[in-house]
Amino acid sequence: MSTAFQKEIHVALGDLKLQKTITTATDRFSEKRLDVVAPNVLPEYQELRDQAHHIKRHTIDHLDYYLETVEARVQSRGGHVVWCADAEAAVNAVIAIARKHDAKLAVKSKSMVSEEIHLNDALEKNGIEPVETDLGEYIQQLARERPYHIVAPALHKTRGDVADLFVEKLGVERNEEPEELTQVARRVLRRKFLNADMGISGANFVVAESGAVVLVENEGNIRMTTSAPRIHVAVAGIEKLIPRATDLAVFLKLLGRSGSGQPITSYTSFLSGPRRDGEINGPDEFYLLLVDNGRTRVLADKEKRQTLYCIRCGACSNVCPVYRRIGGHSYPGTYSGPIGAILTPQFAGLGHEPTLPFASSLCGACGEVCPVKIDIPRMLLALRRDIKKGEARENRWLPEKLAFRGWSWVMRRPRVFEWAGFFAQAFLSGQDDHSWVRTGPALLAPWTATRDFPPLAPRSFRELWRARQSSSGWIPTHAARKQKKDA
Amino acid sequence: MPDREQVLSNVRSALGRRVGQPAPDPPPSRIVVPQWSREERIRRFSKNFRGETFVAPSADEARDFVAEKIDGYETIASKDEFLCDLGLVNLPDVRVNVDDPHELRVLCAVAGAGLTGATYAIADPGALAVLASNEEERLISLLPPRHVAVLPAHRVLTSLDELFAVLPDPALESSSLVLIGGPSRTGDIEMSLTLGVHGPREVYVVII
Repeated sequence: MSTAFQKEIHVALGDLKLQKTITTATDRFSEKRLDVVAPNVLPEYQELRDQAHHIKRHTIDHLDYYLETVEARVQSRGGHVVWCADAEAAVNAVIAIARKHDAKLAVKSKSMVSEEIHLNDALEKNGIEPVETDLGEYIQQLARERPYHIVAPALHKTRGDVADLFVEKLGVERNEEPEELTQVARRVLRRKFLNADMGISGANFVVAESGAVVLVENEGNIRMTTSAPRIHVAVAGIEKLIPRATDLAVFLKLLGRSGSGQPITSYTSFLSGPRRDGEINGPDEFYLLLVDNGRTRVLADKEKRQTLYCIRCGACSNVCPVYRRIGGHSYPGTYSGPIGAILTPQFAGLGHEPTLPFASSLCGACGEVCPVKIDIPRMLLALRRDIKKGEARENRWLPEKLAFRGWSWVMRRPRVFEWAGFFAQAFLSGQDDHSWVRTGPALLAPWTATRDFPPLAPRSFRELWRARQSSSGWIPTHAARKQKKDA
Repeated sequence: MPDREQVLSNVRSALGRRVGQPAPDPPPSRIVVPQWSREERIRRFSKNFRGETFVAPSADEARDFVAEKIDGYETIASKDEFLCDLGLVNLPDVRVNVDDPHELRVLCAVAGAGLTGATYAIADPGALAVLASNEEERLISLLPPRHVAVLPAHRVLTSLDELFAVLPDPALESSSLVLIGGPSRTGDIEMSLTLGVHGPREVYVVII
């Protein structure tokens, strides 16, 4: 029963320092988001979400048309489009571009899809040095870890952790001040930017009609990556498309606010191909990689297709009671949090991480904050259903099967249900009167090993109802209304 | 099958669409432009922009402000027409008209300040919109630790909506449009706000 995912969870739950770091950071993100989407600050917020959802739905439903449009536009401005069916095709394409232009050093800005295809490992093996330039991502690269959070990759690291890492990997004097640590990174990375042959970026949006990629950031590393080296390679999942630049009026208002609580980030770059005649700065060559890698499989499932509307803001992780306990590294695959719980099983196939969609309390917070209105809770339920359907009957765990059959039998029989409640009362209370049940009997024991059960009320709803009905003078409202009418 | 055909055919079969099938028009873009007076736009820009804004009543006062901000720094300036007309590029220690790519890069990397124009300023959210061109090179507003941008008041727009109303496809104008919301910053270490990561730590906008 125990998967790698479940083991990771227990490690994260036992680490109190980590628990505190995650809670503080995600609380801060959530508060900042609320400040900038509040009705008195952004009255059109819900309207923007609806519009964003409609635009994404339209684009995804006609994706072939927009993919061909963007290809034609990029090519018409002297850029190149490379189609990549899977991760292998994508990494091979980047390596081939590097070889063609004799590139040895590549600066990289943060890109989830490049994590997904394990680009850095492949580049290193082929003699090309990839350098992550987003501060959080650079920290993660030095630590040889994957991103902890979609927006804040090193969210789990304290200033002390980063200081130790810089001493070990960069040989600098130990200093814990974030200001000083940032300046160390600036100095090291500035040299890399100016010497790099190639810049590799992701894409927050790909604008079909413009043949452009849009990149949103605060540090300036993306502007460096896309403007300083002579080659710019943008790696984008095929779902990143939007039809027109004018749609950005909606998406840019939502992305910064949902991701980091900013009405606008420090830099938003709208880049359409190599530098033009007369421009001095900017790349000689521009490549746009359009990566499938499992996305068309999601596209084929009409019910769950909306998973592809995601703009990777990370807001769902910040409000998720599960993410906030188990942290980003517990999730298998590249994407963490609620969106990861629905993306990973669909990208990798349901068999790979069958417990992932079950790691949710279905509280609905993720769906409530999603700027493009992906119904994540409903996707989780649909995946649970698919996974259970896919399990061969004989492989299902017998006690679980019996328990659910028994449950269904009891729930359909009011008298039996009442009796069951009576017995549960006898079994579960009695530890002490009104406290939570911390250790359950028999079959409940494994469940209560990691959870507490709320105490059962001393009197059931049915008992209270009967008592009220028989006590003098009181009758249910609808009956009272009827009497009045009759009179 | 080559990847292009494979991806496209997977997309089409997932969506039940035919080769060459057109798409209906997308839902209309949501563009709502507020009606704000010039004073209101400038007031809101100053409030929302995360750098420092100086509203100069005259060209002379603008020149004095810029001179003070770049005083003591090697400065690289863009060839922006408005900057040239104001004579700002003639201030001491200002280099302009550098056309050699290598030299421009080195100058940007060593300069203490970058002086540029701006295509537009946007009041809400506070941001500059800068189209790259042979008069406005990308690295001048990026590499030096301080950035001073100067523009006339009539180029202060109300909102992102108005920006995309006047510039419906930036790709027709330039290879690069950048929106600048303030100094380069990060919160990647313990969410503690730190300025001047890779771009400028100080940004000044002068509106005349």
